[in-house]
Amino acid sequence: MEKGMNLKLKVWRQKSTADKGGIVDYNVNNVSPDMSFLEMIDVLNEDLVKKGDDPVAFDHDCREGICGMCSMFINGEAHGPNRGVTTCQLHMRSFKDGDTVYVEPWRSEGFPVIKDLMVNRGAFDRIQQAGGFVSVNTSGRTMDANAIPIPKEDADKAFDAATCIGCGACVATCPNGSAMLFVGAKVSQFALLPQGQVERKDRVLNMVKQMDEEGFGNCSNIGACEVQCPKNISLEVIARMNREYLTANVKPEN
Amino acid sequence: MAKGLFGSSLMKKFWMSITGLFLISFLLVHCALNALIFANDGGMLFNQGAHFMGTNIIIRTMEIVLFGGLIAHVVDGLMLFFQNRSARPVKYAYEKPSASSKWYSRSMALLGTLILLFLILHLYHFWLRTRITGLTVQPTHVFFEGHKLEDLYGEMKFVFSHLWVVIVYVLGCFSLFWHLLHGFRSAFQSLGLNYTKYKNGIAFCGDLFSVVIPTVFAAMPVSMYMGWVH
Amino acid sequence: MELNSKIPDGSLDQKWTKYKGNVRLVNPANKRSIDVIVVGTGLAGASAAASLAEMGYSVKALCFQDSPRRAHSIAAQGGINAAKNYMNDGDSTYRLFYDTIKGGDYRSREANVHRLAEVSANIIDQCVAQGVPFARDYGGLLDNRSFGGTQVSRTFYAKGQTGQQLLLGAYSALSRQIGKGTVEMLNRHEMLDVVIVDGKARGIIARNLVTGELERHSAHAVVLCTGGYGNVFFLSTNAMGSNVTAAWRAHKRGAAFGNPCFTQIHPTCIPVSGDHQSKLTLMSESLRNDGRIWVPKHKEDVEAIRAKRLKPQDIPEDRRDYYLERRYPAFGNLVPRDIASRAAKERCDEGFGVNATGEAVYLDFSSAIIRYGKAQANVKGIHNATDQQIIELGTKVVEQKYGNLFQMYEQIVAENPYTTPMMIYPAVHYTMGGLWVDYELMTSVPGLYACGEANFSDHGANRLGASALMQGLADGYFVLPYTIGNYLADEIRTGKISTQSPEFEEAEKNVRKQIDSLLNNNGTEPVDHYHRRLGKVMWNECGMARTEKGLKWAIAEIQQIRKEFYANARVPNQSLYMNTELAKALRVADFIDLGELMCWDALNRNESCGGHFREEYQTEDGEALRDDENFKYVSAWEWSGDPSAPKLNKEELIYENIKVQQRSYK
Repeated sequence: MEKGMNLKLKVWRQKSTADKGGIVDYNVNNVSPDMSFLEMIDVLNEDLVKKGDDPVAFDHDCREGICGMCSMFINGEAHGPNRGVTTCQLHMRSFKDGDTVYVEPWRSEGFPVIKDLMVNRGAFDRIQQAGGFVSVNTSGRTMDANAIPIPKEDADKAFDAATCIGCGACVATCPNGSAMLFVGAKVSQFALLPQGQVERKDRVLNMVKQMDEEGFGNCSNIGACEVQCPKNISLEVIARMNREYLTANVKPEN
Repeated sequence: MAKGLFGSSLMKKFWMSITGLFLISFLLVHCALNALIFANDGGMLFNQGAHFMGTNIIIRTMEIVLFGGLIAHVVDGLMLFFQNRSARPVKYAYEKPSASSKWYSRSMALLGTLILLFLILHLYHFWLRTRITGLTVQPTHVFFEGHKLEDLYGEMKFVFSHLWVVIVYVLGCFSLFWHLLHGFRSAFQSLGLNYTKYKNGIAFCGDLFSVVIPTVFAAMPVSMYMGWVH
Repeated sequence: MELNSKIPDGSLDQKWTKYKGNVRLVNPANKRSIDVIVVGTGLAGASAAASLAEMGYSVKALCFQDSPRRAHSIAAQGGINAAKNYMNDGDSTYRLFYDTIKGGDYRSREANVHRLAEVSANIIDQCVAQGVPFARDYGGLLDNRSFGGTQVSRTFYAKGQTGQQLLLGAYSALSRQIGKGTVEMLNRHEMLDVVIVDGKARGIIARNLVTGELERHSAHAVVLCTGGYGNVFFLSTNAMGSNVTAAWRAHKRGAAFGNPCFTQIHPTCIPVSGDHQSKLTLMSESLRNDGRIWVPKHKEDVEAIRAKRLKPQDIPEDRRDYYLERRYPAFGNLVPRDIASRAAKERCDEGFGVNATGEAVYLDFSSAIIRYGKAQANVKGIHNATDQQIIELGTKVVEQKYGNLFQMYEQIVAENPYTTPMMIYPAVHYTMGGLWVDYELMTSVPGLYACGEANFSDHGANRLGASALMQGLADGYFVLPYTIGNYLADEIRTGKISTQSPEFEEAEKNVRKQIDSLLNNNGTEPVDHYHRRLGKVMWNECGMARTEKGLKWAIAEIQQIRKEFYANARVPNQSLYMNTELAKALRVADFIDLGELMCWDALNRNESCGGHFREEYQTEDGEALRDDENFKYVSAWEWSGDPSAPKLNKEELIYENIKVQQRSYK
């Protein structure tokens, strides 16, 4: 078998939320280019366990880029150097033998570190709970699914916004620590669909209010989030949210 | 409603863009008027324009609004800056922001501060002298068709005869260029007007504006210093 | 153990209607004082928790992930079936019911499956009302596509991310209830035991995965929506965290386990690349709508490809073997999954596998690209389009349909699937088996329910594509909310259940004991080592093809793995706080026990049906040979206290409406 790469990792280790934490150096040898980044961390962890050390805690689940759980800031970029992928889809062929790789958790006031590379993204859940839904109870017979035709363009746009996986890369990468790409995506999905119209105004007001309470920064339209979003959510969703919010605030009640 | 209009993150963006666009419109008027110096008529046309601006009641009222807008823009910007800084209490050990964004987009507060510093000097040079202390150039007035006009043109020639002033003004224009390059588009985005359909148009106008206005402004001290206008 | 499936009387199409009309209800005021725990927040869990809370119950929901939105339902790609007949191609409730029973190789319950087909249309209505952005055609109406094992187009989809969109829909319904305070959501919590008081499920013991603390939660009913157990194979398309622990602990407390050996091996997954591999990635079955599966006809071409002397796209048509189209002309590339998987294995076993390990076949889109390209050229009025133009236009159409899947493939394999055929191989994907439930989705423990993939009920020995999403949401939105009332109607006077009873005490002590023994094991091998070994045994002996000899060997081997695991597994014991290895160890311990039960079940079932293929039982042309006389039953295994001595109970399957026959897709 051909010999793999040797890498020097600089991994953020932090025992708990209250702990101060710091960067710790590790060497990982014989890394295959076909490995995913997380599989490389698995190798490191097996080593650590065998040595009796505490393995690096990190979030991961589906490992196919859709659950949004993995969340590593790799060499200064959310989900690493490749575009349109999550950490679990990043493969080691994107690195070279002898590379030094920094691995850090998402950094945001809204995402406190739980341990090592693992952060608490409960803020996103709370924003969703504030209004990211259509208030329709289970009945299954509100009306036939084809009763309201939706222009394909709107449906496609709503879908594009709805592909957000809630990973938090936008927050992690934003120089301002803003969560507006995430919130904008959810607001947009419903704003574009007829089903979302009834609660349109309250939804955007409530979600933005919650977002502000979570300690995220303000968007200054830098655009880094759009570049690093693993699902290529467009900045347009933020423009739409701004529009929705202004309309909701300015338009007088009926 | 009050909190809704001022307190939230989105409203801060909104006011930032409204005041920004207002200042942009001011830049346009200011630039167009000052460009009259290039008429090469010894400043006659320019001085008339300046006289109109200095005496018209509407314009004078707008001047107060302008100061208000400027202060709001600065205060709002500083609030955003400090809030955004506290949104990431622990910094990354390794950052590579250039991978995903432009430096000037990330440096609006810095560029804004530089412009503000320049503005203080600029106000001292011209606004303070026309409105309060009086011009330093002698004689302070010229006559045109029987009207007595302040010789602002002469004042400009005087101010821009110092090389360091010209350099500071040019640097100020550079700051303005970068600030506008991000700010113009950003204003439309914050207002939610950045529709796909208009996106390219807005971007084009923004780039054009950011290049033309600072260039014309910068041309004034340079031309005067070099003696290209007379 | 007595198994009562509680199937209502009456004609098949009236059973559910009649049941709903007569089921006992709980009045709104009483619902508030009734607690229900829902474990797991995938399609079944999120929809159940949201619906129960809407109805007024006071609900507690748990998930082991950091948010309910991450449950593995999110990874489902292709679509969701519903008998809407929007395409006017002859679909109906009965046809969906029939396809599902037949697809499941006649090993599922008629009444359950018919109910599933009945409510399928409501699911689509419900999801659209929630703002799920399904794919639409240019007229603004919902689009459909076709899936394996059917001859109609009844699959609703949202690109290759249908599961994501449906889960986010259910998650938003759940979020709405959490926001209202009607659901208490416990993220990063894992259920480790069911507490039984006086023969009824009365609560659970859960571990807070962050702090490591054990918690007691009481309720009047417990609903397990904890998904499947494909990870017993170590490598599967399941998420890393997917596990059997909750279901297995319930099994150990008296819930029968139904058909554990019925596993779905999905034909189109990305082949294994090396020993480091932690999981496998599915390429949606929807790709078989447009992709054609083939291997070279001649061994010399295979050799040349493996030696990288030849590219697949350079092999001419007449030297390709489109083996599914050859063997199954009626269904072609859209045969059910079990058949497609076995056919791939057959070709690879014969030496026609096209990658270095000989375990891959091609999935080729070139003819679809040309077909779509020509159609597009016509639509756009380009009359003498060049080949290049046609390919470009066709590529765009394919990208629109499957873009995210192609992108995923390219990330993993580093090859462009638009120009080079995809390489695929079967991998473990779904488990039809699960906790045995009756018509009301109640397990053999009163008050303990199982929904979605966690139960065994609807898919028999093989699940058809796009039916898992349908079942998960049907159970959670439309079945459980009715049936649970029938049980809870007796609980309105029970009052709050104490967590201080000796039963809670005992259960918590039990869990603590296990944790302590794992932490103080002082072994040398990380947990994954045992998991990997178990997986290999399961894949080789209890995977796509099984034999009596192999299964007996596997059982002995698993017993050995268990012994070594308990003697030598190493779990870091510095701290309980976010101890990820401890969480893994607890799951692997249960996988080992389950793996053995699966082998016992496969050994017991002396027939081949659906995903269960015993080499001893096959027809002359290699198809599964069922034995309806002796095995037309559900194996419901009972825990005896010893994982190596499970007790078998049988629920006979009665077919009143469908004639049981040899399944044919030729």
